[in-house]
Amino acid sequence: MIRFAYIIIGIAVLLLSSGIASGFERFPPPDFESGYVLPSPATPNPRQDIYEYVDTIVLLTALSLSSYLVLKKRRRRFIFVLSVLSLFYFGFWREGCVCPIGAIQNVALSVFDKDYAVPVAVMMFFLLPLVFTLFFGRTFCAAVCPLGGIQDVVLMRPVSVPQWLESGLRLFAYVYLAAAVLFAATGSAFIICRYDPFISFFRLSGNFNMLVLGVCFLFVGLFIGRPYCRFACPYGVILRQLSRISKWRVTITPDDCIKCRLCEDSCPFGAIKIPTEDWPAHDYNKSKRRLAFLIILLPILVLSFGWIGSILRPVTSRVHATVRLADRIYLEETGRAEDTTDASDAFRATGKDIKKLYAEALAIQARFGLGGWLSGGFVGLVIALKLIGMSLRRQRTDYEADRAGCMACGRCFEYCPKEHSKRKQAKETMGGSR
Amino acid sequence: MTENKNDINRRHFLRSSLWAAGLTGLGAAAGFLSRKTHARNTVWQIDPEICVACGNCATYCVLEESAVKCVHAHAICGYCRICFGFFGPEPADINEAAENQLCPTGAIIRKYMKDDHPYYEYTIDEPLCMGCGKCVLGCNTFGNGSLFLQVRHDRCLNCNECSIAAACPSGAYKRVPADKPYLLKKVDTVRNSETDQTHLSKKEKRMISKKARRFSNGVDSA
Repeated sequence: MIRFAYIIIGIAVLLLSSGIASGFERFPPPDFESGYVLPSPATPNPRQDIYEYVDTIVLLTALSLSSYLVLKKRRRRFIFVLSVLSLFYFGFWREGCVCPIGAIQNVALSVFDKDYAVPVAVMMFFLLPLVFTLFFGRTFCAAVCPLGGIQDVVLMRPVSVPQWLESGLRLFAYVYLAAAVLFAATGSAFIICRYDPFISFFRLSGNFNMLVLGVCFLFVGLFIGRPYCRFACPYGVILRQLSRISKWRVTITPDDCIKCRLCEDSCPFGAIKIPTEDWPAHDYNKSKRRLAFLIILLPILVLSFGWIGSILRPVTSRVHATVRLADRIYLEETGRAEDTTDASDAFRATGKDIKKLYAEALAIQARFGLGGWLSGGFVGLVIALKLIGMSLRRQRTDYEADRAGCMACGRCFEYCPKEHSKRKQAKETMGGSR
Repeated sequence: MTENKNDINRRHFLRSSLWAAGLTGLGAAAGFLSRKTHARNTVWQIDPEICVACGNCATYCVLEESAVKCVHAHAICGYCRICFGFFGPEPADINEAAENQLCPTGAIIRKYMKDDHPYYEYTIDEPLCMGCGKCVLGCNTFGNGSLFLQVRHDRCLNCNECSIAAACPSGAYKRVPADKPYLLKKVDTVRNSETDQTHLSKKEKRMISKKARRFSNGVDSA
């Protein structure tokens, strides 16, 4: 009976809508006579813009404080406290968004998409840590980054990772950066945000898979110091390069190194470089030949990885929703897929031209071709430079913090006997002057 | 010894020129970006004209309880006795009993308006709504389309990449300026412009509306 009524209503609706000018409501709103006031929907406002600037100021303060603690105060305890505070503010309070790591993608998109503009706060979050790193080294990693903070807190029993493994695993971070920029620049996805392992901890809710990934990272982080920072963080990759040329940097000893070897095992991130031995002559010649070979190999690696990146475009471009949709529509149109998806239904309901969609998808794929050349070439360049770097030998007489790898956590300070004598001295002079 | 010293100097020079290059590069990046920024922040919102009410909003949000909720534009609503957003298909009876309702959480409140017979007012009980869009689909398919989904900004975390937007089949999610954070359905977007209605007098329009209502009211007596 009810179904019958529905059919009648359906027909009535059709009749009504065809009989009268289209666009008239199916059931026109009544003219109330009792003085009834139409309720209007509540529209709670988003977080006010002013707080974005508060975040920026907190970031600036934390960076300055961190740089001061690392370079001047030289106390691990204070650095750790600041790191925990940052973890609570940027992590648990601000729930991990926006962070400089993710801001890479906004910046990449704004470079390639002329219609996309970055909010000022996001730009500041991207630039400020870079500027600070250029001056003071990776003090952002030391005590400001919430992702670094959460990993630093769980680090219990550090195990050292052999150099070759460390270098090899770190390649992943470069590939990740290249992929993140590729997908962001083509407007496909923000994969850094999508695969942020700790965000579900910060928000105390989220995708189950990401929670599992986060737990895995933290579990590994019990034994291997800061696995995300060292082997995955795309922002860390940029900071490494800037830290290499930074104006000031972490020194293990406040004085001259006495080569006591006490700090040798203090770094859980393998970022302490030990003094080099003399280079045997025959080894030297062999290395020279290898270097020449590697320099010839460089363009070959760049081109071949670029080529791989570009031929992967049918796969990589599927991250873009339009390409996926065009694929699906094609399958349905050619009868290879029988059912339809929500996306294809939605597309057909808009009445847009399918040919136009195909053309759009092809254009996006072509952009992925070019992007593949660039990002693949970047990965090839990184591999080549890494090989070259490994065959170069630096002369070092002291124990030094590796410029790129040192995350300025300050653990090594306490191991240096010179540091202790200096502190004692400072205390005595302070006591004496009193 | 002197050679060693020279070496350090050379390296020093290289490093400081690289440093200057880095600083210039960052300055250039800042300059470029500052031309491409806007002071206002942006937030995510659903364009109700594009939304197909697929139901992803209820499940893909990073929040346990989605930031997306149903919003009712009363100005568009027909205040019908039989609401296609409220009643499930083939309801056993036309009343508020749970088994008759389309909403899985019973988040739509139906109230008989005794001063304005024979109309019914429908409001959303927002804490109960989970943004599944079932009512939106019903209302858009058979009714006026006065129910629609919106991102509620008291709940939304404004993620850099909205995970619902990534799963949206119709591309209805867009970034909107934070000072205009809602894309509400308005009468104008649904109802025809004045010019198109000129050929109908007010009386005629009311007559048509009464006719439509009689159909909808006649259901349970049938």
